[in-house]
Amino acid sequence: MSTLSIENISMRFDLPNGSHVQALKDVTLELQTGELMSVLGPSGCGKTTLLNILAGFLAPTEGRIMLNDHQVTGPDAERGMVFQQGALFEWMSVRDNVSFGPRMKGQKKSVYMPTVDHLLEVVGLQDFKEKAVYELSGGMQQRVALARCLANDPDVILMDEPLGALDALTREKMQGLVLKLWKETGKTIILITHSVEEALLLGERLLVMAPRPGRIHKEYRLPFADDGVGKDLREVKKNPEFAEKREEILSMIWDMEEEIMGRAEESA
Amino acid sequence: MTILIIYIAVFVAAFLIVRKGVNRAMARRDFTSLKTVTFGDESAVRPDRWASVISVVTIFLLWGAFTGSKWVPVHAPGPFVGDTEFTYTLEAPDGSRDDATVYARVFNVGEDAAEPEVDPGDGFAKNDAIKVGAWRSALLLMDKNDEVKREDGAKVVAIDGQPVAPGGSVSVANGTVAITSKGSLNFSPAKGMQMEPIWLPPPEAVVARVGEIASAGYQNFTLWEHLYWSLFRVIVGFFFGALVGIPLGYAMGLSDWFRGWFDPIVEFMRPVPPLALIPLVIIWAGIGESGKIILLFLAALWIMTISARAGVSGVAISKVHAAYSLGASKWQLMRYVIVPNSLPEIFTGARVAMGVCWGTVVAAELVAAEKGAGMMIMVASRFQNTDIVIMGIILIGIIGYGIDILMRKAETWLVPWKGRV
Repeated sequence: MSTLSIENISMRFDLPNGSHVQALKDVTLELQTGELMSVLGPSGCGKTTLLNILAGFLAPTEGRIMLNDHQVTGPDAERGMVFQQGALFEWMSVRDNVSFGPRMKGQKKSVYMPTVDHLLEVVGLQDFKEKAVYELSGGMQQRVALARCLANDPDVILMDEPLGALDALTREKMQGLVLKLWKETGKTIILITHSVEEALLLGERLLVMAPRPGRIHKEYRLPFADDGVGKDLREVKKNPEFAEKREEILSMIWDMEEEIMGRAEESA
Repeated sequence: MTILIIYIAVFVAAFLIVRKGVNRAMARRDFTSLKTVTFGDESAVRPDRWASVISVVTIFLLWGAFTGSKWVPVHAPGPFVGDTEFTYTLEAPDGSRDDATVYARVFNVGEDAAEPEVDPGDGFAKNDAIKVGAWRSALLLMDKNDEVKREDGAKVVAIDGQPVAPGGSVSVANGTVAITSKGSLNFSPAKGMQMEPIWLPPPEAVVARVGEIASAGYQNFTLWEHLYWSLFRVIVGFFFGALVGIPLGYAMGLSDWFRGWFDPIVEFMRPVPPLALIPLVIIWAGIGESGKIILLFLAALWIMTISARAGVSGVAISKVHAAYSLGASKWQLMRYVIVPNSLPEIFTGARVAMGVCWGTVVAAELVAAEKGAGMMIMVASRFQNTDIVIMGIILIGIIGYGIDILMRKAETWLVPWKGRV
């Protein structure tokens, strides 16, 4: 069983003006295989920094990340990324984008092609294989990004606001797709979002982070993701418990934002 | 001035005719045609193709009309050619006056012409004869055959009955007559409004030159050889510039050390116009092929370096991160992400570099060369072969335009995603 453990991560760096930033302080977490955790927090709480450390793009100043009993030191195919947008390769067709990971590993076409075709079918793009990615809509592009990540068969998928740039309708459809892929593949997923609703809908676990220094504020375990698999997500939202949790978390984040504003006014 | 007024008149007349007549008959029904706000909406401004055609035709018609071209039915008034005459009144020191007539024959330069035969006539002032080339003027020592000469105190006091003093001039039939400060006459036949071929030859003369130089050659090389050598230098110089510049630009975009090492050199060399290097290149490498190619290499090098560097820095960091997360090695990142992502920038740079190289090669050939388009027009200008000069300029323009079109075609073919990300 692969376990992702985040052990006492701190991140601190100097600014050109001599002061320093404490982006993260003592973040400790453990994820079991197949868990989907959404991360929420006001801007500046270090959630993207945490994700970049998990991906291996940044080195923490203290602490370490352990995955499958080895330490994370840099980017690797075991940890896949899905970005908000703009991370597809425009010079490749949809199929070449999705098969990028296997091709980089030097896999034979006969090995990866069935997987790629299957994944394109799962995300509903079987008719767009040969299209150029810039010909697709934003929602379709994110589906390509999901398929590309899955084609590489990573242990952990890190999603940095993957649906943030989509319109509300497309976003709802994509939330269903993320849930479906999560259940079907059993991947460990960490998903950063700005939307409280999305965090509640998709997160089996929900992490609320607080800013300055970036730290874990509160963690929830939620039933909605399991409820929502294969169902109409609007039904899940009608659950009174869902509305209650949403209000609770929203007011929590509002309080943090107000605190930041207050501090900014004091210093000004 | 007249030409400018005619040009503006044609512009306005064509606008009114096309807008009121033709376009109404062929109105478009696409989306843009339904826009009511077009003044200020750049996307609604589409070039009117009628205007383009009329514009080009107008230039050629004006060219033909003011050079007396056989291809153009209407001409501006040309210079006077033929026989004409005027009379001058000579005053002797004693105050007596006598008239004499000057018979002038104006001929086209290059044709044979003899002075008209003249009967000397009566009185102490005798009739004269002169020949003048069209667009030229001729000095007439009218008192050479007169009985009282200028050294005796005789002077011209009137021409065609109009009083005149030394330094003045008088209009006569088909020209003007001026009196020099020493008292002799200077006849200039009417020039009309056409350009003399030595300033601007008619279009047919230029076209005829194309055929002549294409087959017979000029300065030991045919037209195609001149153009071929210019193009050859551009392509070889650009090729080596790109061959060195693109990897250098990549290195500068990927490594701190390369960036630091070459930044001062590139930033210094970039604003130096390649033309300013011509003297140094001639000193170092002479006026042969190697000098030209070194110059064009230097012209292309910095542009290609900077465009490749910009191409690398233009890669979205999320693409780089995505590629690494998908298991790409550094080499694979280079091959599959950085190089293709920088192609649009490199193509833009290549288009600019080709344009600069083409301008530079012509300029370098103007300065010193044994062959090439620039050398051809420079030598032609020394011999006043204006038709070759104009032909050369037109061909240089066409080739430069052709290069740009080819580069654009290559760009849309190789980088179809440009501007669509």
